[in-house]
Amino acid sequence: MNVTTPPSEGIGASVRRREDLRFLSGRGQYTDDLNRPGQLHAWILRSPHAHARIGGIDTAAAAAMPGVRAIYTAAHIEAAGLGGVPCGWQVTGKGGKVMAEPMHPVLASGKVRHVGDPVAVVVAETRSQARDAAEAIAVSYTPLPALPTMAAALAPGAALLHDDAPGNVCFDWEIGDAAATDAAFAAAYKVVRFETTNNRLVPNAMEPRAAIGDYDPNSGEHTLYTTSQNPHVIRLLMGAFVLKVPEHRLRVVAPDVGGGFGSKIYHYAEEAIVTWAAAQLKRPVKWTCERSEAFVSDAHGRDHVTRAELALDAEGRFLGLRVETLANMGAYLSTFAPAVPTYLSATLLAGCYTTPAIHGQVKAVFTSTVPVDAYRGAGRPETTYLLERLVDVAAREMGMDRVEIRRKNFIRPDQFPYQTPVALQYDSGDYEATLREALRVARYDSFEQRRAEAKARGRLRGIGISTYLEACGIAPSKLVGQLGARAGLYEVANIRVHPTGSVSVFTGTHSHGQGHETTFAQLVSEQLGVPLSQVEVVHGDTGKIPFGMGTYGSRSLAVGGSAMVKAMDKIIAKGRKIAAHLLEASVEDIEFSNGQFRVAGTDRAKAFAEISMAAYVPHNYPIEEIEPGLEETAFYDPKNFTYPGGCHICEVEIDPETGETEVVNFTACDDVGRVINPMIVEGQIQGGLAQGIGQALIENTVYDSEGQLLSASFADYAMPRAAQIPAFDVSTSTTLCTHNPLGVKGCGEVGAIGSPPAVINAVVDALRDYGVTHVEMPATPQKIWSIIHSKGGAALPAAAE
Amino acid sequence: MPQVTLTVNGQSHTVEVEARTLLVEVLREKLRLTGTHVGCDTSQCGACVVHIGEDSVKSCTILAVQADGAEVTTIEGLAAADGALHPMQEAFREYHALQCGFCTPGMVMSAIDLVRKHPQGLSEQEIREGLEGNICRCTGYHNIVKAIAAAADVMQGRTSELARAAAE
Repeated sequence: MNVTTPPSEGIGASVRRREDLRFLSGRGQYTDDLNRPGQLHAWILRSPHAHARIGGIDTAAAAAMPGVRAIYTAAHIEAAGLGGVPCGWQVTGKGGKVMAEPMHPVLASGKVRHVGDPVAVVVAETRSQARDAAEAIAVSYTPLPALPTMAAALAPGAALLHDDAPGNVCFDWEIGDAAATDAAFAAAYKVVRFETTNNRLVPNAMEPRAAIGDYDPNSGEHTLYTTSQNPHVIRLLMGAFVLKVPEHRLRVVAPDVGGGFGSKIYHYAEEAIVTWAAAQLKRPVKWTCERSEAFVSDAHGRDHVTRAELALDAEGRFLGLRVETLANMGAYLSTFAPAVPTYLSATLLAGCYTTPAIHGQVKAVFTSTVPVDAYRGAGRPETTYLLERLVDVAAREMGMDRVEIRRKNFIRPDQFPYQTPVALQYDSGDYEATLREALRVARYDSFEQRRAEAKARGRLRGIGISTYLEACGIAPSKLVGQLGARAGLYEVANIRVHPTGSVSVFTGTHSHGQGHETTFAQLVSEQLGVPLSQVEVVHGDTGKIPFGMGTYGSRSLAVGGSAMVKAMDKIIAKGRKIAAHLLEASVEDIEFSNGQFRVAGTDRAKAFAEISMAAYVPHNYPIEEIEPGLEETAFYDPKNFTYPGGCHICEVEIDPETGETEVVNFTACDDVGRVINPMIVEGQIQGGLAQGIGQALIENTVYDSEGQLLSASFADYAMPRAAQIPAFDVSTSTTLCTHNPLGVKGCGEVGAIGSPPAVINAVVDALRDYGVTHVEMPATPQKIWSIIHSKGGAALPAAAE
Repeated sequence: MPQVTLTVNGQSHTVEVEARTLLVEVLREKLRLTGTHVGCDTSQCGACVVHIGEDSVKSCTILAVQADGAEVTTIEGLAAADGALHPMQEAFREYHALQCGFCTPGMVMSAIDLVRKHPQGLSEQEIREGLEGNICRCTGYHNIVKAIAAAADVMQGRTSELARAAAE
């Protein structure tokens, strides 16, 4: 056998996705598509109140209804000794004060704390029966004051959501050098101020969450099928903390998953409910979320209120930055929630700039709303938005060009590795290169002609730039452990070479749209010189994969792919020993490339499949020295975060008659490190851009003063549609990550991180003749129309809300 | 309980349903055709779109009893008997018009109807507006629009990039 990988299959090729055939034929296997023999159905009764005391729960009528097999409330959960839903990160605030971490019960106990808080579970033969019975449960509530906003929760004398979180504060945390920052401000030529609310979003992956619990009384094994981005993490959190079931008795399967964007990272109560109920009833129990239910039970994203000050010298160099943020945690701490405004956000306050002194403070607040956690970008979109709006405001107040002020403050390529004043050390980047390319593609130089031409048509045209940097490839375990993470964040790969040379790759990451089955196969195909068709990628099942931390924070290739490289290195090292034996050469003389183990400088070689066959049929084999078989496992712990960056340029036209903003051009040039499959990378960036444009222009999560969620369905929450999103100009410009073996940085989140400020900077630019200096997200037609049509326009206050 | 007879992907089925049962529930739960998805409960997302006769229909928005006697085509019934994909399926794959795949069945079914109802061809804007009833959270629509334009060329007998790529 003499096989080499065709260049059309390996690293750098836009291989068409192998997962597509099943998805396009209706043969995907999402959790709700699965049905277990004898399956029952669960329906969850949820709180209609934002904050109320539960008096009593009368389930008698419901229990007598057709098909009902069980009804569970907090009393059953407590009697069974189940734990609360755990949080995966403990932040330590000012003065060493550890965050408040109130109990997050599986079913509401004593009180409900947000609309949607689960109160009771009905299990019945059919879903309709369960739902009908849930409507017959009578719960007596005594309403308590709603705390739908952070302002309400922090007001003096506000009701307490949790008795063990005084003032409704979770933590009060800081980073950076306050004294050095004060000194920078004292020496400043100018100080620019900016305040903003980063609007709360609902992730809304198209597949609603679902879970099936199953239990085998013979083996005592529990199985959970769930819509998760990280089945091993769910096994750990649910097994160790909630159900108290050891790992070998708990299998978690995340089959095809229809999008996640962060919202399917977390361990949710419903997973524990169906797993536990299945064991009680000795029958499988399935729960599938409705969309309106998802709005009040999936973790939301963003919701930071921030005040910032930037100190500049007379030339426009950034001297110091002060930032104070209030971060909404919602009613309970979701898995990653405390890390989002702190270690995933405030550590990015330097952005791609050389600001020497930075001080950031974050106060996290409990409110009577759905828990808030990571949503695509997780903390980095909030910081990027803040910085890139602040830089535009500074340019205007300094009378400087928006491009020039950025260039003047960029970290230059020769300054890497670059130590920021907020803990991170960036390894590589070239912000000038991505800026230059984006300006060229966006035809930035000829923009004023387009503005004039639009004006002649009665439309207001504006252009906005965002030059951003983010940290992903999460994360070095020792570092995050010091920062409060309760788990390591390495990744695991198991590479099993079969006797005839085909390869199974078992990865602890999870694909829910990212195309891992294709990208990872390309990587392994190229490294081992095995045809793509001979490589399969397996993910999403704790019963098959040794371990893993899952997919979030653009980590799958940077961390998971690096684990594969490490495992393949072991395969190749063993293969060289086998080849040396077969070729009667010394190991040092065996080279491996293009699937051939070759004696250096000769034509004597053994193909990869000959080596694998020898490993499994070890008749002529160095059996005294090495074991038979060809299978290796590697754990890869990253040395640092990775630091993608780039430039997004948005061009908008506003119709002054309607206030409607149309994105007419959108250019992105991103540095995501080495690209394995350009087609998939561009698709990831395009999808992120649409979410960023959605945040900037239309998406918003609105609670009323009673804590009722007003934007609680697709009829009320503005999901971007095809006609609201432009065609994109997407490209990449590469500097390699210096600390992982592939040089990859990650591409999953850059689109959503870089784009919102580019859009708002363009909107503000379009409205410049109205004296507008800021428009809060989302820049809806109503908001813009009100600005344009308010008396005099130019007399508007500086920050138009 | 009412009885409903449906022809789905060329096969006749008679099923007993509760009067309140939706067409999508019959397809998914009684016939186990799980390619048709449910992404919302307000008839917004379009993941459940099937064809009834020549028209695309949100199968979450019609009761099973209303569909009695209907000829229904689902995503499972699109490919030819020999497994050859419909040009719209082929174009979605070629142009990377799907990521998680959840909205994809409905998107493909809507797109086919859209193309059929515009025999003269479609502009990019017409495609985008024609997708008003289908939400995708993954792709940003960019590649979906390209795929539909390419499939329209194939379906309507024009030379296209896709046809050329397929010929190569």
